[in-house]
Amino acid sequence: MNRNPKPKLAVWKFASCDGCQLSLLDCEDELLAVAGAVNVANFPEASRAVVAGPYDLSLVEGSITTPHDAERIHKIRRASKCLVTIGACATAGGIQALRNFKDVKQFTSIVYARPDYIETLNKSTPVADHVSVDFELRGCPINKRQLVEVINAFLHGSKPNTPRHSVCVECKVRGTVCVMVARGVPCLGPVTQAGCGAICPSYARGCYGYFGPKETPNTASLSGRWTHLGAQPDDLVRAFRSFNAYAEPFRKESEAHEK
Amino acid sequence: MKSAPLAVKRSDKAVLQAEDLDMLIQNLRKRGHQVIGPTRREGAIVYEELASAQNLPAGWTDEQDGGTYRLKRRTDGALFGYAVGPHSWKEFVHPPAQRLYRARRNGKQVEFLPETPPAAKCAFLGVRACELNAIAIQDRVFLGGPVVDPGYQSRRQQLFLIAVNCTVAGGTCFCASMNTGPKAASGYDVALTEVMESGRHYFMTEAGTDRGAEVLSQLPLQRATSRQEQIAADMVSQTARRMARQMDTTGIEELFYRNYEHPRWDDVAKRCLTCANCTLVCPTCFCTTVEDTADLTGQHAERWRKWDSCFTLDFSYIAGGSVRSSSRARYRQWLTHKLATWMDQFGTSGCVGCGRCITWCPAAIDLTEEVRALREGGPARGAAPTGKETKP
Ligand code: SF4
Ligand code: SF4
Ligand code: SF4
Ligand code: SF4
Repeated sequence: MNRNPKPKLAVWKFASCDGCQLSLLDCEDELLAVAGAVNVANFPEASRAVVAGPYDLSLVEGSITTPHDAERIHKIRRASKCLVTIGACATAGGIQALRNFKDVKQFTSIVYARPDYIETLNKSTPVADHVSVDFELRGCPINKRQLVEVINAFLHGSKPNTPRHSVCVECKVRGTVCVMVARGVPCLGPVTQAGCGAICPSYARGCYGYFGPKETPNTASLSGRWTHLGAQPDDLVRAFRSFNAYAEPFRKESEAHEK
Repeated sequence: MKSAPLAVKRSDKAVLQAEDLDMLIQNLRKRGHQVIGPTRREGAIVYEELASAQNLPAGWTDEQDGGTYRLKRRTDGALFGYAVGPHSWKEFVHPPAQRLYRARRNGKQVEFLPETPPAAKCAFLGVRACELNAIAIQDRVFLGGPVVDPGYQSRRQQLFLIAVNCTVAGGTCFCASMNTGPKAASGYDVALTEVMESGRHYFMTEAGTDRGAEVLSQLPLQRATSRQEQIAADMVSQTARRMARQMDTTGIEELFYRNYEHPRWDDVAKRCLTCANCTLVCPTCFCTTVEDTADLTGQHAERWRKWDSCFTLDFSYIAGGSVRSSSRARYRQWLTHKLATWMDQFGTSGCVGCGRCITWCPAAIDLTEEVRALREGGPARGAAPTGKETKP
């Protein structure tokens, strides 16, 4: 394959904790290969050197929460051939989207001494609400193997293997005993997209839904089962309203149980 | 009372004391088998490699119902006093993920490196009658057609099967309706019935093959008395009468073909999570997807085969989208394939009545109830079928 010049990769940060970018640094074994295969032109967590665009592949972390960011994302889109959002913030608005259910002015007036200095949007929104996105990689944080898979697929012009089915499939493939059935522990796995490797059920915990809604999620039926296991409406609101609170199926389900 | 090895032939009945069961395991291990059997882990009885009879879940049983499974203590020390759990034997012969080949770039050439078939010889201890039937069904799927699956074939050929007749019916079992149990009828090397009576604990043994007889003949056996044979047989027939669930299978193919548009499909679609658990725990479901991966250098590639399910959208994806985009279509595909089109395709039902899909469905959907609802819905309420949907 002709790799000359190497594709230029950029990593961009919006409102986020940096955890997803760190997943890339965490790919110790793969990082050298990534560095060999692409020219890392902008990566705030790894180096200060910034190369001017255009970029072949932009990885965008974080949600859009300020007027400035809402403009910046358009510039990045214009400078990027392929734009991939990574993580729950960029794909769903993140935990900071909890503000979307309340009045943000109330928060700023309580938290900041000079709320008038704070310029923020009413809602924390996913990047795809602002610009067109070529691929969304889910997770809080993303799974590093999936990240390498996406970069790989980009380099080879193939479709990434990132299935949109339930976490349950990952439980079954690894032989984990279902916590919902065998322990009566409420689990979001049946409505959550795979990708994490079903970590929580393997530690006898229910899935927290950090990879967001799966394809065709039946959240209403799952809420019925949670209720059968003893969950109260408050528990349901909290369960669906976490890192992917503003992803539509989860948002609607949490709103359905709010008094 | 200790006894010396006793030469047995096929279908001879002989008694093995419970404390000597470990000798069977150790003999098989000495013959190079990896012995796999039931053991307790994560709040369930699962199938794993056993080092000795110590690993068996002595004194445990399970309570099962739609969407629920709990381990309970028994009042005795029975070694096989429970029904089937979340695992099935299929994961050892049809693994969840299997590499099909590796490829590497060699200048302008691509070189393919085929996988060598696995070397491990397995012995399954504690195969229930429904599971023997499930293995026979998968044999038809993987070995019975014009193309034989080489990985399955090599694993299958080396299998040594020790059946255990069921003396407890699980809360979701209906093998008696499906004619697949609770007594192991064929397909085993050795069959055991666990008996506990008047302070005695032993196994009624029976060899189903010559190699089964050979393995048994190395164990300290006693000839079975007719009273012992009767006790063992009664325990198994009692199980048949205690089945928690039933399914009426008369005219079942036609029932499905007449009812593609039955309103019950909409009803179950409201409950179904399309999570795929039912297909993955089912001991006969065989569907897979293929994934190609390459490394970042583009010099190495691998092709993997992984379990898939007709409950995923990708499963029926063709140019333009998924054929079965609604949950209704996906649930109907699963049940119609299991109970009707499977017969056209492979000559048997795709269901052996093990009850796993009922117990391990997080939404507690019970196929025996769904079939009943289709029947009680009376004559066809939907359009006549235009053709048979639903082969994988
Ligand atoms: S533990 Fe949760 S994710 Fe795993 S199979 Fe059960 S419901 Fe699904
Ligand atoms: S369909 Fe259900 S009951 Fe029938 S064999 Fe499969 S898992 Fe067992
Ligand atoms: S198509 Fe049939 S064999 Fe395949 S997963 Fe569905 S029910 Fe099972
Ligand atoms: S029937 Fe149950 S186990 Fe099967 S996909 Fe639907 S909810 Fe999941």
